[in-house]
Amino acid sequence: MSQFQQKVELVCSDRMTEDVVRLTFNAPTIAVHARPGQFVMVQTSPGKDPLLRRPFSIHQVTSEGYLQILFKVLGKGTDLLAQVRAGEQVSLLGPLGNGFTLGLPETACLIGGGMGIAPLLFLATRFLQQSSSDNVAKKMPTVILGARNRTELEPLVDDFQELGIDVLAATDDGSFGYHGLVTDVLKKLNLSPSAGIYCCGPRPMMAAIAHLCQIENRACQVSVETVMACGMGACLGCAVPLKAGGYTHVCSDGPIFEAEKLLWSL
Amino acid sequence: MEPLIMQTKNPDLQVSIGSLALQNPVMTASGTFGYGREFEDFVNLRRLGAVVVKGISLEPRAGNPPPRIVETACGMLNAIGLENTGVDRFISDKMPYLAALGVPVIVNILGDSVDEYRQIAERLAGVAGIGAIEVNISCPNVKKGGVAFGTDPQMAAAVTAAVKGQCQVPVIVKLSPNVTDVTVVARAVEEAGADAVSLINTLIGMAIDLRSRRPRLANVIGGLSGPAIKPVALRMVYQVARVVRIPVIGIGGIATAEDAMEFMLAGASAVQVGTANFINPGACDDVIDGIAAYVTEQQMGSVRELIGALRVA
Ligand SMILES: Cc1cc2nc3c(=O)[nH]c(=O)nc-3n(C[C@H](O)[C@H](O)[C@H](O)COP(=O)(O)OP(=O)(O)OC[C@H]3O[C@@H](n4cnc5c(N)ncnc54)[C@H](O)[C@@H]3O)c2cc1C
Ligand SMILES: Cc1cc2nc3c(=O)[nH]c(=O)nc-3n(C[C@H](O)[C@H](O)[C@H](O)COP(=O)(O)O)c2cc1C
Ligand code: FES
Repeated sequence: MSQFQQKVELVCSDRMTEDVVRLTFNAPTIAVHARPGQFVMVQTSPGKDPLLRRPFSIHQVTSEGYLQILFKVLGKGTDLLAQVRAGEQVSLLGPLGNGFTLGLPETACLIGGGMGIAPLLFLATRFLQQSSSDNVAKKMPTVILGARNRTELEPLVDDFQELGIDVLAATDDGSFGYHGLVTDVLKKLNLSPSAGIYCCGPRPMMAAIAHLCQIENRACQVSVETVMACGMGACLGCAVPLKAGGYTHVCSDGPIFEAEKLLWSL
Repeated sequence: MEPLIMQTKNPDLQVSIGSLALQNPVMTASGTFGYGREFEDFVNLRRLGAVVVKGISLEPRAGNPPPRIVETACGMLNAIGLENTGVDRFISDKMPYLAALGVPVIVNILGDSVDEYRQIAERLAGVAGIGAIEVNISCPNVKKGGVAFGTDPQMAAAVTAAVKGQCQVPVIVKLSPNVTDVTVVARAVEEAGADAVSLINTLIGMAIDLRSRRPRLANVIGGLSGPAIKPVALRMVYQVARVVRIPVIGIGGIATAEDAMEFMLAGASAVQVGTANFINPGACDDVIDGIAAYVTEQQMGSVRELIGALRVA
């Protein structure tokens, strides 16, 4: 295993919207070992409250050794993180978890909802690198992204478009792209039977997609969120139920799972 | 030139728990360090005083439904439900790696009945690398309507004697803080043959989500750990160390060398680092370094000079 605990410098903090923030760290060691779908545990304050680190998907890494996370301010920890200034040091632990298993780009369909979009940018980048190293014309994955409204979704869609990927967008209020859910967009797509889904978003969205994929007998990888204390398999606090009975641990066995292995009815 | 040589010499950090000699007083707390291997990238495992592993039962246990943990002010609640691989798989899958580390492995055991504790101890007897057994008595006694062994001096003594009967290695009994007078149980297990006591286990607590009007843990209640419990733990270590002759191991909210040495002043011969491992997986290294620096700086002959050296007017 190659996991690291490091104090790294925050290079920049970008407010994407009122409550969505993107942080860029200079973290070459973690960045070079990172795979799409993996996460980092971030210390949000040097004090004792909040005590625990917070998990965030690795949003993007660059060849210069930058690592990004993208998050929504929800509570104490994310609020403190949003206030960290460029030049300050933050402790990261990672890369943690298993990461996505990458298939062929042309048969990949990436579906992200809300902050679940975060890991998909890194994934899309890897797909493109993979297809360009294959020395054939770039094969693009299909990407469907959904969020509440235009303000939240548009800047994230732009990131994918910069990579040359056309995004199918959906918003709850219809202010950008399709008016409705990403699952509706998916249903209308007529994906080839061999296409595999890579999905991250709110639980109801992932449950709906898992259900669709089960009917169509389609491969579907999902990125699962739970509360976490350690992020590295030590506390056993991140258990989620398996379809076959018993529990699995999101931080060490996941966070990426084959959707059919999990119990979605809870 | 002599003082200079004195200063550069490695400080004497050795302590002992019964017949078990430790290279330093810093161990990991059960359930917060997995089976050790999880931490190999973050901490020098070979430098630890001892590795205390996740609690082991006779049969594998699946644990409680989620949510199992919730953060609270300066601490966390857990209701993991003692999920573990069971003693047989522990011996076959986990012990070889641990034994190769060359530091004592302390196996934390748990059971539903006195006989289950006895049987686990029997299975562990003679397994290479095991330095001691730590008996978690904060578990419900199924035959006594679910009352925790650790809250009843007689039941605690019975478990201690049953385990002691199977063991060549020292038996450490881990005390529950969820009692009116912890010294009563401490004395009972000492009399029943315990070679040491460790304390404290988690304090039973609860957290509620006002919005949903639900408990935050699926199990409703859970064990509080972390910096929030340190003052309570220090007090209990202090009380117990004054009434027992066997060594006391201090646990509860230890994250730094200062924390660890405060417990030693209160009477602990060694300490365990728990929840702090989650935040800083290199915490044990930092605690060892800090103790070594203090012993050197204070020109102490040995870290043992700290044990029970509290100045009470
Ligand atoms: C593997 C993994 C990857 C993650 N990646 C990202 C990411 O890329 N971007 C991102 O924004 N978030 C991500 N999360 C979720 C993120 O960790 C939480 O939002 C964060 O811990 C909240 O911390 P806080 O202190 O601000 O909130 P807290 O004060 O802990 O909680 C505030 C409120 O938010 C709710 N909350 C807490 N955690 C979650 C959660 N996981 N989902 C929904 N509501 C929650 C609480 O119930 C509470 O009502 C990820 C989680 C996991 C497990
Ligand atoms: C997630 C978690 C799991 C634990 N599991 C066990 C266990 O299996 N057996 C045990 O004796 N104590 C267990 N404990 C208690 C700790 O070993 C320790 O006594 C307690 O957490 C107090 O120390 P701390 O504040 O340093 O964490 C657990 C604690 C936590 C937080
Ligand atoms: S978060 Fe601790 S085991 Fe997964």
